[in-house]
Formats: sequence, structure tokens, C-alpha cells
Amino acid sequence: MPNTLKLIAASAYKSIAADQNTLKISNDADVSTVAWQGVDCIELHFPKFTDGRAFSQAYLLRRRLGFTGDIRATGDVLVDQLLQMQRSGFSSAVLRADQNLAHAQRQLAHFASFYQGDAAHPQALFSSPGATA
Amino acid sequence: MYQYTDFDRQFIKSRAAQHRDQLERNLNGELSDDEFRPLRLQNGWYVQRYAPMLRVAVPYGELASRQLRVLATIARDYDQPSADVYQHACNTQAELGTPHLPVGCGHFTTRQNVQFNWIPLAKSADVMDLLATVDLHGIQTSGACIRNITSDALAGIAPDEAIDPRPYAEIMRQWSTLHPEFAFLPRKFKIAITGAEEDRAAIAWHDVGLRLLKNAAGEIGFKVLVGGGMGRTPVIASTLREFLPWAQTLNYLEAVVRVYNRFGRRDNLYKARIKILVKAEGQRFIDEVETEFQSIVQHDGGQHTIPQAEFDRVAACFKAPAQAKSAQAATNNVATEVPAQEAAAYQRWLAQNVQAHKNPALRAVTLSFKRLGFAPGDATADQLDAAADLAERFSAGEVRVTHEQNLLLPWVHASDLPALWQAARSLGVARANIGLLTDMITCPGGDFCALANARSIPLAQAVTERYQDLDELFDIGPVDLHISGCMNSCGHHHTGHIGILGVDKDGREWYQVSLGGSDGSTLSGDPVPGKVIGPSFAASEVTDVVEALLDTYRAQRQPQEAFIHCVKRLGLEPFKQAANAVRHETGDAGKVLHVHLPQANTMTD
Repeated sequence: MPNTLKLIAASAYKSIAADQNTLKISNDADVSTVAWQGVDCIELHFPKFTDGRAFSQAYLLRRRLGFTGDIRATGDVLVDQLLQMQRSGFSSAVLRADQNLAHAQRQLAHFASFYQGDAAHPQALFSSPGATA
Repeated sequence: MYQYTDFDRQFIKSRAAQHRDQLERNLNGELSDDEFRPLRLQNGWYVQRYAPMLRVAVPYGELASRQLRVLATIARDYDQPSADVYQHACNTQAELGTPHLPVGCGHFTTRQNVQFNWIPLAKSADVMDLLATVDLHGIQTSGACIRNITSDALAGIAPDEAIDPRPYAEIMRQWSTLHPEFAFLPRKFKIAITGAEEDRAAIAWHDVGLRLLKNAAGEIGFKVLVGGGMGRTPVIASTLREFLPWAQTLNYLEAVVRVYNRFGRRDNLYKARIKILVKAEGQRFIDEVETEFQSIVQHDGGQHTIPQAEFDRVAACFKAPAQAKSAQAATNNVATEVPAQEAAAYQRWLAQNVQAHKNPALRAVTLSFKRLGFAPGDATADQLDAAADLAERFSAGEVRVTHEQNLLLPWVHASDLPALWQAARSLGVARANIGLLTDMITCPGGDFCALANARSIPLAQAVTERYQDLDELFDIGPVDLHISGCMNSCGHHHTGHIGILGVDKDGREWYQVSLGGSDGSTLSGDPVPGKVIGPSFAASEVTDVVEALLDTYRAQRQPQEAFIHCVKRLGLEPFKQAANAVRHETGDAGKVLHVHLPQANTMTD
């Protein structure tokens, strides 16, 4: 699948963040009640990479609530979760400082496509003509 | 069986390649052990007491002969520890009293998967590649994600089944596989599905239990249960929906899992399963799921509504195999091929290990992997190969892994039963004990598992040794004996008619005994956890306790009354007294111990 996730090195994060009107949402917030009009970027936080709540938040913001701006992953962002982030609706990710950008690109390229629909491709494989043949 | 498409095949190859990439980064120090751990778990790789364990996914328990043969190869070539690892393991376990640790085996699990205990992690990527050659993998057999889906071992062939659950199970398998939103849930999430009248899949003990049925209009759908589970807090699932149209299954599961992902507790691992959320929130949980479901269907467009064409594509894979359809006429004199002096043994096997089939010309035959000298559910490489041969010769090349840790041949012609019996007997897997005391469920326990408080396999062996007499086993009748080495309940002790739970105190193994548990089968009655009959017993007492319980039953039973029914009629007291009378260690020494540990030391992955 095409890599649409913008990868941001931890060192470059500050300068990028300063340019945007950014809203930070904690991972236990109900995203349906968040006012994001006029916001360029919503940051969703991973306190630990094994805490998967922000995946649902991103999905809802993108698919249910129609947020079209940047959805950015921050916190414990490791290369091995980037693919899930991209599929859940994230458009950028600030990698933890020790992460290797070269590995990151490779992790996004392992699979051609997936069974279930996601934020990037809402249709399931079974609704994509010819795909399961 | 489900037939892999090119997509399916490429997908698991990609998954194997992804695992190799992760493994290499871990081995060269770029991916820390802590960060690799959740990744390898979701491919079935645990690290146990002495070596890694691999859990291979067997979706709803179905395996083909060609797959069994590769599992045999893995057992033979890869389930082999280094000399150092093995020596250390043997020495340590010998101190506890385990004389021998088997290697080169596959192990059938209660969730219908196959495990290996000794494969070095460095070889894990090669094993995943090998598995992928026959459409096998370890995807989501562990980790805080939607686990491999289980079903009735008689799915598609049981006479009491109205609707075959396998196509639905396969569609759910595909949907849940690498779901991007649900890979890091608060805890593991297990789904079981049945389409039969009798619940042979213990659906009320699962995070989500699905029962196929027809509504008044004759439409197919599911009764949906949620929040069942074992562990430290056994809970029977509650009804979430009386009827869910089948096409909405995935949309509805999406709603359930999304609500769980959002609200499930993450502050305390012991309270992180969905059962705790369901208990705490009650109707609010149900409302939240229904609201989310409505949003998925109405607002998001119900993207995972299952199209009829997709159902038909998958269902076509589960038609009865041609070999089974070309049925020879069922004969009434099948026993005539068995020599007269063996007729009684053969009849016992027919009575206990052979079950009726939807097709009157066919039978379902269980190969018993509960026999002297082997851990319950263990099969050597040669036995796995031989089982593959039996499946090819007698069962259209298909076997099922059962919840009770045996193999079942689903497509056996009635006229082939004598030949199958002879073949199974020569392999040592024709013991006529299916459903009887020695057909026990047992976790790997403290001989392998890093979480166990006590060993399970030696207890199972002791009970097997004591009850070798088939006359006696038949006289005792059906008994579910379930043994877990710790509170994580992998041996399903909560659902045993007799449940045994290993606990640890002062570095010694103790066992808590419970009575009257039910998995929800017809024999056992409504699902319920067993009740503990008193303070823990010493390891040396447990076999005597089992015998005392069974002797009490035999002395006090009514005609035709099964053990579990006798326990329900009499209550715990007479059994408790009998069990206490054999406390030669805990009783005489006056050191009756705590009832049980307040919690298992560690949680399962």
C-alpha cells in the first residue's frame, strides 16, 4: 500500500509544530465532543506503544467526524506501529528519538493490502472487485 | 475446509517476512526485548520457563493432512532444544520430581491450536516460512488482540447443528486479522461460535460468544453473548443481543471491540478483560455498543456488512468433501470384521470415541491423545505424520483439533470403522476414554509455563496411571476433569466437574479442588464455575482426593446418574468429607493451608 504517513524525526518536531494551529487530545478523551474547527493538526498521544486507544480516536476523527487536517501521533511512537497508525487515519507521526527512519519506511511496505477496510481504504477486501480471486 | 486464495497466501508470506525483519532487528540489538515482545506474541511466540513456545493458529480447529505433516516436520526438526537448554530444564524439573521432559512434540490446546515447547527463537522466522508453505501461521494466537476464533469440533457435521458456523468463523477470522485499530486492546479478546443445539464450544466462557439461530421470520443470525471469562474472576457471559442478522456480524463486533478499546481498564491487568467492563457498566455498556453499532451502520456506511456473494464464496469451501459424498451404504454389521475376541474392546471404542454424523453413512471419530506415558494432548512427530495418514485414508484428508485436546476425524465412512480402529490402535490413539475421567484437560503447567504456580502434567499422569482399568472408567462414566497450573485457567479448572488448580505457597506446590463446574454442555448443564471444596491439598494427596470423590459418587449415585448430576443432587458436603479424609499430609500434620492465593503471580500474555 502507498505510504501516506509523514514521518517526523523527533529532532525536527519542534520547528514543525510551531507552524501549526495544533490541538492536543489525551487518549481517554471522547473525540466526538472535541471542537476542532479551525485546527490544522490534532495530536493524539501514545503514553505507551501498547496503549491502543489513540487508534480508535484517529479512526473516528477521520471516518466518523470528517476531520481533514493533519492527525499526528506523538509519544511512544515506534516504527513497528506506523502501519497501524497510517491505516487508522493518522497522517503524520513523530518518531521516538531512538527510532530509525530507514526501518520505518520498510515497515510501511510489508503488505500489499489487507482484509478489513480502514480509515485510508474504507472498503473491505470483499467489497473490492476481483481482490479475493 | 477453507481454501486459501492467492491473496491469503501472499498475506501470510508477508506476515512471515515482517516477523523475520523484527526478529533480525531484535537479534542485532535494534529492537529491544520489551518492544519485540508484543510483536512476537501476536505471531504466537512466547518465552516460557526454559525455551520459547510457539502457538500455531488452527482457525476453528480445522487442519488438512498436508498441514499436519508440516507440523510433524516442525516437531521433528525444530522442537529440539540445545543440549544446554535441555540439560538445565531437566535438572531443574527433576528437583521438583518431573522425571522426563518430552521434546519433538506438538501439543493440542483447548483453543484448538497447536503448540511447540522448545523451538529456539532464532529459528522462529524459518518456522514461520515453513508454516506459510501450507497456509499456516501464528497470527493473533497471543497478545492483547482478537485471538484465533474457536468453534465446535463437530462444526458442519453434528446432527444437532442447524447452521454451519465455519463460514462465519472464517469471515470473522479474515476481518480480525491485523485489524489496525484493535492490535493493542486492554487485554486478549476471545470469540467462540457454535451453530448446534448443544454448546460444545463453551461460548458463555468467552469474551464474545456467538450462537447461530433463526428468528421467527426464518432469517439467520446470532445470539450474542459478551463478557464471559475464566482467570481469577470467573464470569458467565451475559446476553448482549438476542438476534443479530448475520450480515451485520462484523459491524457489530467492530462496535463491541471499539467500546472495549476505549473503556476497558488499562490501569490493572487483572481488571482489563471485557468481563470486568461489562460487569461494572451493565446496561450502560450495552447502550454504548448499540449506539456505536448504529453509527457504524448509519453514519460510516456499514462498510463491513457481509455481502451475500462473499458469504457464498467462503461457504462453498465448506461443502462436504467429494470423498465423503460418495458414501458407501452404511452397514449394520460393521463389527463383523473385528475378530471375536476383540469385539468387546471394539464396541467400547464405538460407544465412546465414535459419534453420529449429519450424514447417516458417516461418523466422527476421535483419536485419543490421553494415554499413559504422554502429556494430555501431546503428539510426537511420528504420531502427527501418522494422524495425517489416517486423515487421508479415512477422513478426506481432514482432522479437527478438539477443545478437549484430541484429534477428530470428521468424514469417516461407517464401513471403515473396523479398519480405522485397527490402525488407530496400532498408533496407541484408540483408547476408548473419550468423555471419561482420563480424557482430562490439562495445561502445560509448571514443567513448561513460566506463569504456572504448580505442575499439571504429573498430576494428569498420576490419575491416568491409577485409572487404567477401562471397566472402572466405564463404570464411573462421563467426568470432566480439568487441571490448571495457575489462576490463568488455561486448563479450564473452573468448568471441570472436578477442577484442580495449582497454587504455590512457600515454594511448594498445592492444589485447590473444586466441584460441579460446567462448560455449558448438555451433560454438564448451564455454565457455572465449580465450587472449591476446602483448603488446598498437597501434591501427594491429589490423586487420592480424586479417587475419594469418585468413590463417594459410586457409593451414593442413583441408577444412571452421572457424576455431575450426583454432585448437584448431593451438594458438596459428602464429597468434601471424603476428600478431607485422605489428607495424610495436610491433615495429619495439622498444617491445613490457605484456601488459595489471592491472585496468580503473573498474567498470561
